[in-house]
Amino acid sequence: MRVYWEIARCGYQRYAAYPAATWAGVFTNMVFGFMRGSVLLALYAHRDEIGGYNASAALTYTWLVQALIAAIYIWGWRELGDRIRSGDIAIDLARPVHPQAAGLASDLGRALYHLLFRGVPPLLVGAVVFELTMPQTPLAGAAFVVSVVLAVAVSYGFRFLYSMAAFWLVDIRGVMVASAVVATLFSGFVIPVAYFPEWLAAVAYATPFPAMAQTPIDIFIGVLSGTEAAGALAMQAAWLAALLLGGRVLFAAGARRLVVQGG
Amino acid sequence: MIEAQELRKHFTVTARRGRLRRERRVVEAVRGVSFTIEPGAVVGYLGPNGAGKSTTIKMLTGILVPSAGSVTVLGMNPTTQRRQLARRIGAMFGQRVQLWWDLPLVESFELLRHIYRVPANRYAKNLSAFRDLLDLDAFLDTPVRQLSLGQRVRGELVASLLHDPEIVFLDEPTIGLDVVAKSRVREFLTQMNRERGLTVLLTTHDLSDIERVCRRLLIIDHGQVIYDGEVDQLVRRYGGECTLVVDLEERTEPLRIAGTHVAKMEGPRQWLRFDRTETTAAQIVAAVSGQARLVDLTIEEPDIEDVIRRIYARESPTPVGGGAPRLAQADPPVDA
Amino acid sequence: MAEVVSLYARLVRARVRSQLQYRTSFALDLVAMAGITFLDFVAVLVIFRNVPTLDGWSIGEVAFLYATSAMAFALTDMAIGHLDGLSQLVREGSFDLLLIRPRSTLFQVMTMDFQLKRLGKALQGLAVLVYALTLLDLAWTPGKIAMLVTMILAGAVIFGAVWIFVICIVFWSVEGRETANAFTYGGNYLAQFPITIYDAWLRRFLAYVVPMAFVSYMPALFILGKEDPLGLPGWLRFASPAVAVLTVLGAGAMWRHAMRHYRSAGG
Repeated sequence: MRVYWEIARCGYQRYAAYPAATWAGVFTNMVFGFMRGSVLLALYAHRDEIGGYNASAALTYTWLVQALIAAIYIWGWRELGDRIRSGDIAIDLARPVHPQAAGLASDLGRALYHLLFRGVPPLLVGAVVFELTMPQTPLAGAAFVVSVVLAVAVSYGFRFLYSMAAFWLVDIRGVMVASAVVATLFSGFVIPVAYFPEWLAAVAYATPFPAMAQTPIDIFIGVLSGTEAAGALAMQAAWLAALLLGGRVLFAAGARRLVVQGG
Repeated sequence: MIEAQELRKHFTVTARRGRLRRERRVVEAVRGVSFTIEPGAVVGYLGPNGAGKSTTIKMLTGILVPSAGSVTVLGMNPTTQRRQLARRIGAMFGQRVQLWWDLPLVESFELLRHIYRVPANRYAKNLSAFRDLLDLDAFLDTPVRQLSLGQRVRGELVASLLHDPEIVFLDEPTIGLDVVAKSRVREFLTQMNRERGLTVLLTTHDLSDIERVCRRLLIIDHGQVIYDGEVDQLVRRYGGECTLVVDLEERTEPLRIAGTHVAKMEGPRQWLRFDRTETTAAQIVAAVSGQARLVDLTIEEPDIEDVIRRIYARESPTPVGGGAPRLAQADPPVDA
Repeated sequence: MAEVVSLYARLVRARVRSQLQYRTSFALDLVAMAGITFLDFVAVLVIFRNVPTLDGWSIGEVAFLYATSAMAFALTDMAIGHLDGLSQLVREGSFDLLLIRPRSTLFQVMTMDFQLKRLGKALQGLAVLVYALTLLDLAWTPGKIAMLVTMILAGAVIFGAVWIFVICIVFWSVEGRETANAFTYGGNYLAQFPITIYDAWLRRFLAYVVPMAFVSYMPALFILGKEDPLGLPGWLRFASPAVAVLTVLGAGAMWRHAMRHYRSAGG
């Protein structure tokens, strides 16, 4: 257990070493928060409620997306894929900790840093300048935190999974791009899944993507509460288990292939 | 050709102290460097890491603006006439690639030809000359990313000379190369200097580069020039001690000869250290023959590395100007 | 001047040639580019599923704004999108190599790459434009056609100038690179919608500071024949080219300032 804690700490430090980059990111997040918020508010000139969100909820959604986007890291992650391509993964195979477990610990460390320094500032600014919908009860707040942790883990599970393609493909850019496209849309990062036409929303919920962003956001706003929230958390956990398991299976197959074929 | 007068450069460095506080320090990288380089010179530029070498070169080429002092290169001010100067100088940085990574080598040359506006016939002439001299045919059509280090360095060398510059600045050109490749590069530079009068300023840590290629040497440390003179004078004047290794007929007591001391003894062989300025090898040999039967002898010259290390160790705040070779201090004591 | 243009063409050709070497990979990239950017339009479609108009603008009209700004942005992205890599060049010290050459550093940086695959984004914009035009049923005049072409080209120049202006931050703080995104990608996002939906301060910002309003909104008012609720003078609808020139001048000045700083402060 101590090992994972150390790995997580390293993951945190890697990003804490570049504060200027973090501030640059926060600035960009806030600018986008303002922009997307403005667009959404224009929608509410016509209606009081869209997809179960009122204007305040929609604004909260926008700011939460900006606050969580760095921590949840949905696209652009190529570390593992690159390690597999270059053969460096062989070093990891020799280690006593499974690369997936180590990677998850490291990612959680990173996510903590991003939540604290790229998550809290935009949320504070948003809450001060606009009227956001905050969690109603401490329990809801706690559920939100748990949901965010699960969301980060689900995101990692997914990233690990698509990186497995590197064992078989020469260039995983295509896989990365395709995943980024689908993940971004269905996670609710672009527009709330609640706004989707029913058929599209059904497709979205058949994937793990809403679990990466939409779920924690909905718990925060209160769209999901009580037993629904508990059910959503369970669903996140289930997706996490599925993704991690799938990842392990593919990794074993890929590692076998690597060992058999040589670096 | 190159005239540097009291060049100075300082940088303001901000370092973080703890969580929030920031501390600003002024770092003086170059503290009053002056020298003159004549056309056709081949000058080595040496100094420990952090001495101010790259900073000086950057000021000569127009990359950096001096904080004080003046410099003219080919009669131009590198700060205000950067582009004009760039047409007449070449540069090669051993660890940075200026060629186009994905393109065949020859295409990089073509692009550079247009960037430097080299007339077609001059380009063709230069290219064919370099092809022969550096054996480029084997890999002219290979993408740069697939070249070996030796091949890439040769390519970069050509790239820096395609436009017939009058001066070329080389920053560690032989770094990482094998013995054969280094020798090739050195011969090429010597030839370019001889045949075309190319002035060469060579920054290097490799002392063989200095010995084989350079005629003059500038040593910089802590932002100041601490040696400026001919390479062959360097060892002769600052070599300190030589060693005469004598093989006697039989093992004897350590020889006592004026001006020498026995550094080591192994059976009949003795190592006699002496200072060139106090006595000569011939005198010592005569003295030895008077005391014992001499079978064989060798003279060990001081190693240039030794010499330079000693120069680094004795640097002082007083800077050195150009011209006659001299060190900032009086001649060193005999013992190294 | 002609020589510079031909050198630019030569440098770009060399890049494009090496990219086209792998046909299938290039084709896939093209499609992928189109796919990713299309997501933004899906968001617009989803918006209109929920409301009939956006501040008085129909889906066809907003699609028109989206398409023209997307095409303008794609052209710029193709030509100078690689500026995002400038921070790495500066960090590694390789930027110095550009100062040794007898050419403008800005010119060299702009010609370092040209990603033809980003044309996919432009094609996606074109598809949305066609969709918008079928919805709109406009009365075309030669003037409007000229305006359509002009707005895309001027828009591309404005995006480019803004990009160059904001990327100069890397000469002061390499890590600050991401702030540029707020203006470039952010600007593109804002240009997709009529500026009337924004607060007054943002509207003014988009008109006078980062002139996104002139990329799509103002010219669109002319082409779509819409009334301007903000009551701005009519001739502003034709101001895009002039605004483009001004932004270019601004970008040039900023770059020169950045070069003075870089050459005195060191890498």
